[in-house]
Amino acid sequence: MTTNIKINGTVHTVDADGDTPLLWVLRDVLGMTGTKFGCGAGLCGACTVHLDGQAVRACQTPIDSVGESSITTIEAIGETPQGKALQQSWIDLDVPQCGYCQSGQIMSAAALLAATPKPTDADIDAAMSGNVCRCGTYQRIRAAIHRATA
Amino acid sequence: MFDRSLRLNRRNFLAAGGGLVVALSLPSSPRRAAAQASPGFAPNAFIRIDRQGIATMVMPMAEMGQGIHTAHAMLLAEELDVGLDQVRLELSPASDALYGNPLFGPQSTGGSTSIRAFWMPLRQAGAVARTLLLEAAAQKWGVDPKTCRAESGSVFETSGSRHLAYGQLVDAAGTLPAPAPESVALKDRKDFKIIGKPHRRLDTPGKVNGTTVFGIDTKIPGMKIAAIAISPVFGGKPKSVDEKAALAVRGVHQVVLTDQAVAVVADHMGAAKKGLDAAAIQWDEGPNATVNSADIIRQLKEASKTPGAVARSEGDVEKALAGATRRLEAVYQLPFLAHATMEPMNCTVHVKKDACDVWVGTQVPTMAQTTAAQLTGLPVEAVTIHNHLIGGGFGRRLEVDGIEHAVKVAQQVDGPVKVIWSREEDIQHDMYRPYYYDRLSAGLDASGKLVAWTHRVSGSSVTARYFPAGMQNGVDPDGVEGADQPPYAFPAIHVEFKRVEPPAVPTAWWRGVGATHNIFVVESFIDELAAAAKADPVEFRKALLSHNPRALGVLTLATQKAGWGAPMPQRQGRGVSVQFAFGTYMATVAEVEVGTDGTVKVHRLVCAVDCGLQVNPDTIAAQMEGGCIFGLTAASHGAITLKDGRVEQGNFDTYLPMRMDEVPVVETHFVNSAEAPGGMGEAGTAAVFPALTNAIFAATGKRIRTLPVDTKLLKSI
Ligand code: FES
Ligand code: FES
Repeated sequence: MTTNIKINGTVHTVDADGDTPLLWVLRDVLGMTGTKFGCGAGLCGACTVHLDGQAVRACQTPIDSVGESSITTIEAIGETPQGKALQQSWIDLDVPQCGYCQSGQIMSAAALLAATPKPTDADIDAAMSGNVCRCGTYQRIRAAIHRATA
Repeated sequence: MFDRSLRLNRRNFLAAGGGLVVALSLPSSPRRAAAQASPGFAPNAFIRIDRQGIATMVMPMAEMGQGIHTAHAMLLAEELDVGLDQVRLELSPASDALYGNPLFGPQSTGGSTSIRAFWMPLRQAGAVARTLLLEAAAQKWGVDPKTCRAESGSVFETSGSRHLAYGQLVDAAGTLPAPAPESVALKDRKDFKIIGKPHRRLDTPGKVNGTTVFGIDTKIPGMKIAAIAISPVFGGKPKSVDEKAALAVRGVHQVVLTDQAVAVVADHMGAAKKGLDAAAIQWDEGPNATVNSADIIRQLKEASKTPGAVARSEGDVEKALAGATRRLEAVYQLPFLAHATMEPMNCTVHVKKDACDVWVGTQVPTMAQTTAAQLTGLPVEAVTIHNHLIGGGFGRRLEVDGIEHAVKVAQQVDGPVKVIWSREEDIQHDMYRPYYYDRLSAGLDASGKLVAWTHRVSGSSVTARYFPAGMQNGVDPDGVEGADQPPYAFPAIHVEFKRVEPPAVPTAWWRGVGATHNIFVVESFIDELAAAAKADPVEFRKALLSHNPRALGVLTLATQKAGWGAPMPQRQGRGVSVQFAFGTYMATVAEVEVGTDGTVKVHRLVCAVDCGLQVNPDTIAAQMEGGCIFGLTAASHGAITLKDGRVEQGNFDTYLPMRMDEVPVVETHFVNSAEAPGGMGEAGTAAVFPALTNAIFAATGKRIRTLPVDTKLLKSI
């Protein structure tokens, strides 16, 4: 049984059970390792990708639920205006420490900015609190989101 | 290109692959050198420059978020006189001889030592290279090297117009004998162009577009993915598995049993996890199936009643306490903690007949190498460690248990296999920060002055397991770090360490190590004494710090910036802490608000830091921010507990991380200093625990002596 999934504009045919989480298809089947595994339970946001522009957790997204929707990952988020601006402000403010959570942080932030171009701190709390950073880069993430909208 | 006839004495330059290598007895490449260099030798295989003038810098220490690769590149680039845009970074291979940490011996990144250990060696390595490039240019021009200067990757004739790029000089420089590192002139601090100026991290671009390859991102042709289940009870063994059911899962290739674990090998982790579930593993739980937290604490409590090994004893404590007007006693308890690095444990291994390759992110490459060699029976040289940027270390990757598990699986698998731990495995099979049970007493005289102080630490000794030679007459120096040498002048002090190993629970280093434990205890008890003496907590500390200007300096700065003393609303308060740890002085003021339901909101953390000379100031601030949040998370939520021989927590819903909506802003203020640089990776973590609980005391009058903070105790109704 194969499934077709559109990722970053390209349709991939994947040979895996339909209930396989998109995370493992991205990472292990397609070799797109920018999307990270952190908890496998929807608790950390490291695996965040966009499904038709909405932030979703790839570890909680079975491939057979994707259907015709378009998936965007960290590898292609720089092609969107929000993603590009965020990546630059992340660099400007030296946000990442170990960096492992940052793909997911940027994906969540990009979805936030697409929906809310000028987010308040409360908007940022609401959109970003699903993303864990064990290195504690939160205050720079917040500053970088604001900077990306300036 | 490499000409054996060029091999000179030790410490020489050699033309290698058309470039220049600063190295010790270096043959053709750092990899070969790693295998051939004599052990215990000072590191110097850090720089290669090619004919294009690109300087490749080989990083001796692991990058796990602390920014060390950028800081080390800055040290090298400063003395080499190249811009950071002219350098390329490379991870070092496993080699104690070339890349050992001068403060430890082995190649080990930990204890906030990377700057302290490599501050001089890397500058010297850069200066040796610069000296030789200057000499090569001077010889070409037939002038005295003193009439030449280096700048931005070129040598200039100071008075003339001639210049040569480093790339044009590498072949000539490669033929010159290198001076001893200690003999070369280092730059005067006032001439620093790179050190001390904020510089953007060199590793950021790959971390914002998904291209950075962590160990878990390893891709090797033919590689399979394995999910692993380790016996949920410490020390248990697999008894039976339903192999057929596991193999029936699409994409599953193999079920592997090791002495402690079961792994299911598949095309991808989705299939591997499904296969592991289907395997319905039965465990032989072994002797630890009844271990639980309450018993461990009871054992510690009992043991703490009798004396331990004496770490320090000065003055007549007994007499001073007997004569004291007020005597205080307290017990402080700190829980087991997991590291919960963002990148779960993982390791990729390919065991072949005569070689073994290991792809992993590790803080200890040579220990990883030795471990794989021992398990496979291969010579150490046949094991190659491919190290990676690390998705969070915090001490977890100073251990090689994950590598052991992966090698044991790989020994039974044909071809490379990546073993990935689920988050639950990662938390339930961590090696934990010990549970500590500390007893203290102190006396005050009639004027409220401290006359004596005693502190007995009881808990597991990580040193005794990890580095037995480090034990000092039964005292674990880590167990009493921050306790035996507090920054204060105590008229009489007595500190003991009592080693008490919990059954079954493996213990290990955790960010901030001994200081994180003891600074909480010491700074809390000092606060209790200040309260008992009816003194302001800052004034009480200052009175004990008159001999210690750097400690006073940070305390004064932090309290000024925090507005210490300004009135606060009800149920809000400020707490302070002071410390000297990892070679760095720090003071922290926390501002908290405690709700009537007991919830604690930290509004602000103000940190003052005197870490001596700064290499990359913005990275220091980032370490303060991250270190404080790491500590605050543990103080607020962190506890690993045991029941029936199992860890009760499993994922981020039971071992809670702090999140965006919960964290305060961390402000970092610097005391400028020309002292030797101190460590920064762990100072903030240690500082924040007592600042938090002292602020809670100021807000509520409730003293938190057991961590994590139990908000139930703080309810006002
Ligand atoms: S890995 Fe998907 S939310 Fe954590
Ligand atoms: S940068 Fe390390 S977990 Fe966020």
